[in-house]
Amino acid sequence: MPTDTRMALSHTAPAAGGPRPLGGKRTRARGRALRNPLPALVLALFLVFFVLPVLWLVLAATKTDDQLVHGNPLSFGSWHALRANWDALTGYQGDAIVLWLRNSAVYSFLALVITLCVAVPAGYALAMTEFRGRRTLLVATLVVMLMPNATLVVPLFLEVNAVHLIGSMWSIILPYSFYPFGVYLTYIYFSTALPKDLLAAAKLDGCSEFAAFRHIALPLAAPVVALVGFFSFVANWTNYYLPYVLLPESSQFPVQVGLGTLLDNVPQFNPTAGALAVERPELALATLLAITPVLVVFLFSQRFLVAGMLAGATKE
Amino acid sequence: MTAVTPNAGSAGARARRAPRRVRSGYAFVGSYVVLLLAFGIVPTVYAVYFAFTDTGARFVGLSNFATAARDFRYLPAIEHVALYLVFWLVSLVVFVVGLSLLLHRLAARGVNRALRFLYYLPGALAGAASVMVWLFLLDPAVSPAAFLLHALGYQTFGEVIAPGHLPVLFAMIAFWTGAGGWIVVMYGALNNISTDILEAARIDGAGAWQTARRIQIPLLRKWIVYMAILAFAGGTQLFVEPQLLSQASVGVAGRDYSLNQLSYDFAFQNNDVNTAAAISVELLLVGLIVAALFVARSGFFDAD
Repeated sequence: MPTDTRMALSHTAPAAGGPRPLGGKRTRARGRALRNPLPALVLALFLVFFVLPVLWLVLAATKTDDQLVHGNPLSFGSWHALRANWDALTGYQGDAIVLWLRNSAVYSFLALVITLCVAVPAGYALAMTEFRGRRTLLVATLVVMLMPNATLVVPLFLEVNAVHLIGSMWSIILPYSFYPFGVYLTYIYFSTALPKDLLAAAKLDGCSEFAAFRHIALPLAAPVVALVGFFSFVANWTNYYLPYVLLPESSQFPVQVGLGTLLDNVPQFNPTAGALAVERPELALATLLAITPVLVVFLFSQRFLVAGMLAGATKE
Repeated sequence: MTAVTPNAGSAGARARRAPRRVRSGYAFVGSYVVLLLAFGIVPTVYAVYFAFTDTGARFVGLSNFATAARDFRYLPAIEHVALYLVFWLVSLVVFVVGLSLLLHRLAARGVNRALRFLYYLPGALAGAASVMVWLFLLDPAVSPAAFLLHALGYQTFGEVIAPGHLPVLFAMIAFWTGAGGWIVVMYGALNNISTDILEAARIDGAGAWQTARRIQIPLLRKWIVYMAILAFAGGTQLFVEPQLLSQASVGVAGRDYSLNQLSYDFAFQNNDVNTAAAISVELLLVGLIVAALFVARSGFFDAD
């Protein structure tokens, strides 16, 4: 299935790193690499830059604050300290962290479902049907897709405020569900991967447009559904600005905004932090918990990622 | 290329089918259009409306824009964002292209794949999580890179986050979370360059450097522009990094640092939504112009 996506989506775009016959060039490259250690050094240096902080974060969650300051930065603390950090963290405002994680999950998941229900038919129609305004809609989608989503946050607040939806979880979920990139991906997928003859044949056999979508297009759409789902989930899970502006209550925060609340209560960063003091390793543990779902999704969908990131410009 | 009319010959059949298709087309896109209107168009119109009116809903021309521009934080915020963008775009272009070229020359497939994934890994920490990690990394008391910070002469967190350092630091955080994804893209684009061309260059005696400079980088140009444009538009929206940093330094560093923060503060600290909307409209305009130029000029998204 992932291979299908890749082939379809990277149609004329760069091949996604699959093996290519390089022949003699490969051995030559190896010979050169032996002579010149600089490239390997640079790659290794950047590996440290990208990975070391993540590794440090994982280890920090297993330490006491004292170990964090005085111990070797890249040493494992103890299971005991991890346990203590967990207890302290979940003790913060009575399981606030669990609530925030649950909120994140609810918002991201509901938005994901709506996004798929909206984006897949829309992408299909843009690719496979004719209707007045189709081109306008397509161009609007491209423009909105390229605009950073933070641009509209304050205006969105004004709008949501005007219809008295501030404080409702739908004030987050519905804007999340508007995902033009998903529509664009689906559009690209159907216009390159779905054979027109297949649809034409179905129509000749008296298949309605809906039936054609339901019985022909949809079963073929699994790869793009997974792809759109992936990007939508990651984008919504990591969004900070929108919920920060729109949600007034701590009990409604997603975990990203919750991290900010925890940060406010770390004495080393905020000397005025009161009785609810949060230790630094607890903040590290909270950060780790906050990224775990995305990390897991990353690990299991590497190939989707590649395909999706390359899909930006399949139509050259 | 997407038009569904398979053969223009059966004009009669087309005419007969067309009405139904039109209607079903609308049915398919209906819910999307509703969302596009509600969360794309309406907020835009709303922002424009607020930006040109006062609290009494009277038209006031550009006076909200003037209020914003007169604010003592306005010009510094533009300067901050501009400086941040310079560091962020330069580092992104130089290192992403450089690393992709190096990766592309790397013979060992497994190592290559693993490296691309590991470079991409910090992408999972986008948003607040990356700022948390970097708050620790930049605090000499707990940082695994404390020796580096000490070597550079910084003993305390306060010294590290001195105002002059912030553009570089924010660029570093953005690079840390964002570069890996672009490396994946560039690497893919490099793979797409025909091996014949590279072979021909090799036969003509071009070394790795010359091949990169004369063949690979020119062929990557379009992708580099794509990356720079998206990074530029995203960079103007700087918010979460300075916002959390200002929390972590009790307002010493990063408060009202970017235009988005300023807009936020106008709306929620000063209760002046009109000025807030004026700043939003300016940011919106930048995003819109960049996106529209790109769609129109690049040929990247030739819709039909």
